[in-house]
Amino acid sequence: MNGTGIIRALGVAFKHLIHTYLVDIRAWRLGKKRYFTPEGVAERSSYSTDGIFTIQYPEEKLPVPEEFRYIPFLVYEEGENGEKNLRCTSCGICAKVCPPQCIWIERTTDPVTKRPVPAPAQFFIDVDICMNCGMCAEFCPFDAIKMDHNYEIATYQRHSENIYDLQKLAKPVSYYAKIRPTNYAREEAAREAEKAAKAARKTGATTGD
Amino acid sequence: MEQAISIQAPDLAALFPQWAIPDPRAGYQGYLVQPDHLVELVTKIRDELGYDYLTSLTGVDYIEDGKLEVVYHFNRTVGGPGLVVKTQAPRDNPIIPSVTPIYPGAEFQEREAYDLVGIRFQGHPVLRRILTWEGFYGHPLQKDWKEPFYEEEAKPFKSRWPGGVAVRAEDNNPFGDNVQYPAGFNPEEWVPEGDEALYKAMRRLHGIDPDMETDRMIINLGPAHPSTHGVFRMVVLLDGETIVDLKPMIGYLHRNHEKIGERNTWLQNMPFTDRLDYVSSMSNNFGYALAVEQLMGIKPPERAEYIRVMMAELTRIISHLIAIGFLGNDLGVFFTPVLYCLEERELILDIFEAVSGSRMMCNYFRFGGVARDLPEGILEKVKSLVYDRLPRKIDDIDRYMTKNEVVRLRTEGVGVLTAEQAIRNSASGPVLRASGVPYDLRRAAPYSIYDRFEFDVCTRNHGDSYDRYLLRLDEIRQSLRILEQVLRDIPDGPVMTGKPQYQIKVPPGESYGRVEGPKGELGYYVVSNGKPNPYRYHVRPPSFINLTSLADMCKGMKIADVVVILGSIDIVLGEVDR
Repeated sequence: MNGTGIIRALGVAFKHLIHTYLVDIRAWRLGKKRYFTPEGVAERSSYSTDGIFTIQYPEEKLPVPEEFRYIPFLVYEEGENGEKNLRCTSCGICAKVCPPQCIWIERTTDPVTKRPVPAPAQFFIDVDICMNCGMCAEFCPFDAIKMDHNYEIATYQRHSENIYDLQKLAKPVSYYAKIRPTNYAREEAAREAEKAAKAARKTGATTGD
Repeated sequence: MEQAISIQAPDLAALFPQWAIPDPRAGYQGYLVQPDHLVELVTKIRDELGYDYLTSLTGVDYIEDGKLEVVYHFNRTVGGPGLVVKTQAPRDNPIIPSVTPIYPGAEFQEREAYDLVGIRFQGHPVLRRILTWEGFYGHPLQKDWKEPFYEEEAKPFKSRWPGGVAVRAEDNNPFGDNVQYPAGFNPEEWVPEGDEALYKAMRRLHGIDPDMETDRMIINLGPAHPSTHGVFRMVVLLDGETIVDLKPMIGYLHRNHEKIGERNTWLQNMPFTDRLDYVSSMSNNFGYALAVEQLMGIKPPERAEYIRVMMAELTRIISHLIAIGFLGNDLGVFFTPVLYCLEERELILDIFEAVSGSRMMCNYFRFGGVARDLPEGILEKVKSLVYDRLPRKIDDIDRYMTKNEVVRLRTEGVGVLTAEQAIRNSASGPVLRASGVPYDLRRAAPYSIYDRFEFDVCTRNHGDSYDRYLLRLDEIRQSLRILEQVLRDIPDGPVMTGKPQYQIKVPPGESYGRVEGPKGELGYYVVSNGKPNPYRYHVRPPSFINLTSLADMCKGMKIADVVVILGSIDIVLGEVDR
């Protein structure tokens, strides 16, 4: 019969509408908070969700997964006296691999010997150009450059604020461990294993003699 | 059952020794033909050898030999190996006969080769620029052409390291201006004569005196029209409300992806491919990875193959959901279906985000594998989607869209494309299969591990907008079927062949990697000369070539149907304009 298709379609939409209320009421009766709590956000964006799906940004935020990537930052180890020891050796691999070529690195040269020193004198990233591909972090052999999780970087001044320099890019290793715990643990384990292997080689060599 | 029917590719050099010789260059396939014999040979290829489908046509600038080359890829819609034919013309007078009269699907591709490479096709009906405008200087894919923000011939640029100081490109512009014009071109006095000429030509073609005021009129739909899915313009000649002729005008989003690709290193291109068809970035990665892997002669490990197929099929579901949802928008079922579809898409994007780090610009594939292994627990999420949620939701869409009278009245019999027209116009993907041609690269020329999976090549027989909608629904169900098999069989193991490298070695030669993208056949034609950057990087964009059929579909329809027909082709302007 003509028109049944439309009625059925309206029925589906109506069911969706009613359902959003039902799910809310059910949660309320069970004493669960569906809005403005991390559990509520997780429930609403999960695979079993049926009711309201949207998130009230910026009051609520979706948690980002560990691999989420946004604008790179430079990792530094905190020294005992609070000094920042950048892991970066200014080898330039990130600048070479960067697809839009938004990384500029100035290598430090020793003022006496004029030899290059493995540390960056300057490090710039033009975040207007950066395409967040994550290749710099992927190919860095020293785990010195990593992708950030902070996606709220809007500014009022494009010309003065959007080229990040060393001060703005440097972040402590503890921050990295916080946003990417699995990756951090894996890299630390690999580093420890390498150190142990090196030590074993050394002792092996000495005892062998 | 094990025996697949294989058809040998014909040996053109043996069949037509007076016309064709095998390409002598190392790493190249196919046959070289003199331009004088091209039309005869191509006619024979179509009529006698059964190569009814012109897949791809592109130009290459071999500046050292002083030659411009046109590369044709022919295929049979019944499957089997392809045929590559090339022809060369001197750079200073690059005239090559057009094959558009034989394969109408070449129309846009020849215009593109004229626009970007500068080859003049003799006998082409309207050899005008297609992606750039009349005031554009030169042909950008010629090797000696330099863009306004030109810095160096190839990346990585030397100014970045070791003495790098950040400069904005606009502050450091060698031309002092970011536009170059051809000699004698004054932008102040320019009137879009191309448009006027087009309007006049359309009027004359259909027997209307340009000076007479008749009730036929020309309407511009777009470029900024909400129903055109982006910046896309259609010039429509109307008789009352009926469409007499239609010309798609594109290029508003043009950024010369291919020139960027030739400046990039091989790996640097990967994130740029995401930006072609930005709703299905995983498929774009797939095609490019295949093309370069063919050239390098490497294969990804088992687990990586399964991950790739999983991602490609999830992408197909996303793309088809968007196509179906926005078709609803175009019909006036405003935003209810599309939001239901986007809800499912969000859940799939959550998976992409967890796996690759980004929802849309995934940049996940690498040559010889994928960037990283799946994080823990993600397979369970995919499982719950594939086994439980998606089938339910697809049935839901089916329930409210398929039998809906609004949808049926607006789409049934609207925008009919016959099988012959579809093949002739080189249409691919859902557009081709909805016209009854069972041509799916996953079956016709299986790549990756698609030969292991059980699935049906969906076809529909009417070729109208309704069938294209139904076909997408069928394909989502088939994708779910493939995903079930992937989830059942996915092995453990490494996800990368060899060590991840940022500077890969690609031996000299050419290759054409093709995948069945959600919108149709997505092909990458790459040429390497052994250097760190591709010598030529060409994309065969399915949306762009599917638009060739738009005029055929629209003729005789009402103006309101154009919106529906365009929605049913499902284009993405990032890919059309590149």
